[in-house]
Amino acid sequence: MKNKNRISSLFIFTYFIIVCGIALFPFFAIIMAGFKPTADLMRYGVDLSIKLDQFTLDNFKTLFSTRTGEVYFHWYKNSLIISFFYTCFSLLFSSLVGYGFGVYDFKGKNSLFVLVLIVMMLPVEILILPLYKMIISVGLIDTFTGVIAPFAVAPIAIFFFRQFAAGLPRELMDAGRIDGCSEYGLYFRIMMPLMLPAFGAMAILQGMRSWNDLLWPLIVLRTDLNFTLPIGLTALISPYEDNLDVLISGSIMTIVPMILLFLFFQRYFVAGLTAGGIKG
Amino acid sequence: MKTLTKELPATSRKQKLKKLLFSPKLAPYTFVLPFILAFVIFFVYPIISTITMSFQNINIATSEYVGLENYSKLDNPKFYAALSNSARFTFWTIVILIPFPLITAVFLNSKLTYLKNLFKSALFLPALTSVVVGGIIFRIIFSDMEEGFLNSLIMSIGIPAQEWKMQSNTAMLLMVLLASWRWMGVNILYFLAGLQSIPKEIYESAEIDGANAFQKFIKITLPFLKPVSIYVLTVTIYSGFSMFTESYVFWRNGSPNDIGLTIVGYLFDEGFSYGNLGMGSAIGMTLLAIVLIVNLIQLKFFGLFRKED
Repeated sequence: MKNKNRISSLFIFTYFIIVCGIALFPFFAIIMAGFKPTADLMRYGVDLSIKLDQFTLDNFKTLFSTRTGEVYFHWYKNSLIISFFYTCFSLLFSSLVGYGFGVYDFKGKNSLFVLVLIVMMLPVEILILPLYKMIISVGLIDTFTGVIAPFAVAPIAIFFFRQFAAGLPRELMDAGRIDGCSEYGLYFRIMMPLMLPAFGAMAILQGMRSWNDLLWPLIVLRTDLNFTLPIGLTALISPYEDNLDVLISGSIMTIVPMILLFLFFQRYFVAGLTAGGIKG
Repeated sequence: MKTLTKELPATSRKQKLKKLLFSPKLAPYTFVLPFILAFVIFFVYPIISTITMSFQNINIATSEYVGLENYSKLDNPKFYAALSNSARFTFWTIVILIPFPLITAVFLNSKLTYLKNLFKSALFLPALTSVVVGGIIFRIIFSDMEEGFLNSLIMSIGIPAQEWKMQSNTAMLLMVLLASWRWMGVNILYFLAGLQSIPKEIYESAEIDGANAFQKFIKITLPFLKPVSIYVLTVTIYSGFSMFTESYVFWRNGSPNDIGLTIVGYLFDEGFSYGNLGMGSAIGMTLLAIVLIVNLIQLKFFGLFRKED
């Protein structure tokens, strides 16, 4: 039995080494490309052998010193602003709504929640044309508000917060009520702190979503300096690949904030998903 | 004294209102109010507006009712290319993004696995990358040049170099690989979350009854994972048919023979590049119908979300 376990263990370990190798290889590729002279990339494609004598910081220097690089940091700032506000708003609104669904019984609750599920299961892409018209008519085209507002109440986050809140001990609410706490006080003082794992998990999901979103910002944002990173980077892709230096070093830098976000909230992540989990 | 008695009814009305607003009866509605507002403004209204637009011919200033003209115009090779690409893409992502994450999650959950957290983080890392950055990396790996990484690799084992972005099958391969690479970790976490909510006692009693690992997987794990699997399947279908970015990052200005065109890509072209909002809306409605029908069939087939826990 022990031997059998050891063999299974070895098998699983090998499996993970291979799968993780595949998952991480693209990162290896772009980092290798990032520290190689772009002239070589253009001429020879990506050769992934490690040659220390070819190691160069030129791509990053270009990023920090040229006009294209200057624009790139505008996009970076825009992405940071949009992602920050989108994440904060969507966490606040979705947690309020999810909490409302999770801990209260009220008339119309089930039908309302079915609406959440419906919105969750329908592609938002079908809404982009009418939303585009709406954003134009209220004068929010080319603004960050226009990017953030339509999707700030996120059904998927509502769904998770609701599952999480449903598992919270309601005796605490009764105790709070006896002490004279209002329903909103209960949320902000007692229940919200208990929902921190859910907030952590959703901060990662929503932060990721807004940082990486392309389609909607692409429609709303019109001027170069207002672009977010995904729009800007795709704009840099040209058939002649002549922006390769900025494109590659810029791509590497784009991944950094997401990794920091993940490291910061990581311990909540699976816990938040599990407790909130998809029970059914 | 006089003023005080005068003020009293007003304050008590105010207090009554405040009491009502703060009452446990009304509070739930204030909590869900953001959703109700967003639903009406950013969902119901746009849906109605897109339905109307799909029956209209819209120019900059005018719009006229044209009946089903926009829908009948969809009977063209470009739309069929988009439909077939999206359907193929969805099919392949389902084939890859359900079984592999499930098995990987089961391994991650096993007590025989070492370095769990390390592997978990490594597998989730691609999900943190945007499709755009992923696409740029894939462009480097799958460069059309003979000296490109993958081409030089396959040439060394005797396969001729490929123009990855130019041929129909390899184009699909690029999109599916990119999507699978990015989504694998997310689906693993969903399945892992599902696995961790299975009570351990069930496995223990199965072990006492002499069940082997495979039997436990079939009889306990899979049934318990059904809700998660339905959820993941629904999301995969949804995002498969509404895929846009994977295609955009490879062929921004259109792919040769529309090999990378998707339904949303076509909607984007008609609606934004040509300013044809009516036609774009008709494409959107078709997408809506497809996703609804496919999801209803699969939900009917696999059982609906349970409403209560």
